[in-house]
Amino acid sequence: MIGIIDYGVGNIKAFANIYKNFNMSYKIVKNISEFENVTKLILPGVGSFDHAMTSLQNSGMREKLDELVLNDKLPILGICVGMQMLAKSSEEGELLGLGWIDGVVKKFDKSKIKDGPLPHMGWNSLNIKKDNKIFENLEKNPRYYFLHSYYFECNNKEDVIATSNYGEQFECMINHDNIYGIQPHPEKSHHMVCSY
Amino acid sequence: MLAPRIIPCLLIHNKGLVKTVKFKDGKYVGDPINAVKIFNEKESDELMVLDIDATVENREPNYKMIENLASECRMPLCYGGGIKTVEQATKIFNLGVEKIALSSVAIENPKLVTEIAKEVGNQSVVVVIDVKKKMFGGYDVYTHNGTKKTKVDLEKFIIELQSFGVGEIVINSIDNDGVMKGYDLSLIEKIKPLVDVPLTILGGAGSLDDIRKLIVKFGIIGCSAGSLFVFKGKYKAVLINYPKNEEKENLIRNKK
Repeated sequence: MIGIIDYGVGNIKAFANIYKNFNMSYKIVKNISEFENVTKLILPGVGSFDHAMTSLQNSGMREKLDELVLNDKLPILGICVGMQMLAKSSEEGELLGLGWIDGVVKKFDKSKIKDGPLPHMGWNSLNIKKDNKIFENLEKNPRYYFLHSYYFECNNKEDVIATSNYGEQFECMINHDNIYGIQPHPEKSHHMVCSY
Repeated sequence: MLAPRIIPCLLIHNKGLVKTVKFKDGKYVGDPINAVKIFNEKESDELMVLDIDATVENREPNYKMIENLASECRMPLCYGGGIKTVEQATKIFNLGVEKIALSSVAIENPKLVTEIAKEVGNQSVVVVIDVKKKMFGGYDVYTHNGTKKTKVDLEKFIIELQSFGVGEIVINSIDNDGVMKGYDLSLIEKIKPLVDVPLTILGGAGSLDDIRKLIVKFGIIGCSAGSLFVFKGKYKAVLINYPKNEEKENLIRNKK
């Protein structure tokens, strides 16, 4: 069963609705006692990096997640700021990230974006770099909804599965072992949900 | 490549959807949830929902309604109306809304933009500015559904909002609202060079060609419309509509 981690940040309801529509079983996990029967995790996230990290810490689920993800190798998918939290650190905040995928979160370089505003807001296409099961059943040339000013930069390029372009090419889908990260919002991108 | 955004704007009055002309004479056009379902099917880029009663009635946002809308909505949702505090904004955000739109409160207390952004991120704080042409050139900024004229200087305000960390600015033309004769392009020309964050234009779109003109001239821009997406034909029959994917691609690529 999919467990959507509810630490007070992010579109828990939006994910729940997607799974409801697909008739897939899911549960919303609010504390460590609720991880039972969960075989895959979703880590949503919106807002600022430090706010999200603090909220996760305060939820009391942080240590349990480390154990489930790093020891038990439970698959986890971080979305938007949830993806950024997988990094070691972010230029947006002062707190440390989860550090589960080797990389840092950087701010877009405004000088490289010709006539384009920041945040990067709207529908953008992907450059798929590496075959991944996440792309199964996805139509050709998918477009996703993005809403962010910061992006994940992997230190190990083997972890990059898709990039997008905004001023420069940036990494928007990543995977290392059982850990996945997606910058855009599949839950708000109509039929562009991904196979996870 | 990033595409310009084409965004239906829905107005809520007495729990139903209405469409106004020059901010007046709201005509009932249907049920909000039903409209969201139709825009889901039509795969609209985003949706903007503004409760036009909340500020005027000086009441809290209707959280139950927002929750219902957000859980139905499969595209990014921007909600505006009656938000005055960081707590309210955070609460709405946690109901599953991507963007929070402020209007009158951003004029009274622009620092609130910074405070909300600290909680939910700059990218999610939108300010909607209602503007009306002055008799002798220039624009006035209004609040409370166009009933209160402010002393705000539009251009200075736009610059100030960005220094406070706003994530998107929506310019809403009172003169063009519901008129369906095209956007006020000269207004946008004046404002666009001042804006480094996403800019969305609302008020005046009467056809997809009006949207095309906006995109041709300004490139990456948010094209929002009310009447265009809820009325059909010259008698303005209520029919929720939105360009098909192919039409949208052509608009974006500027093909006929």
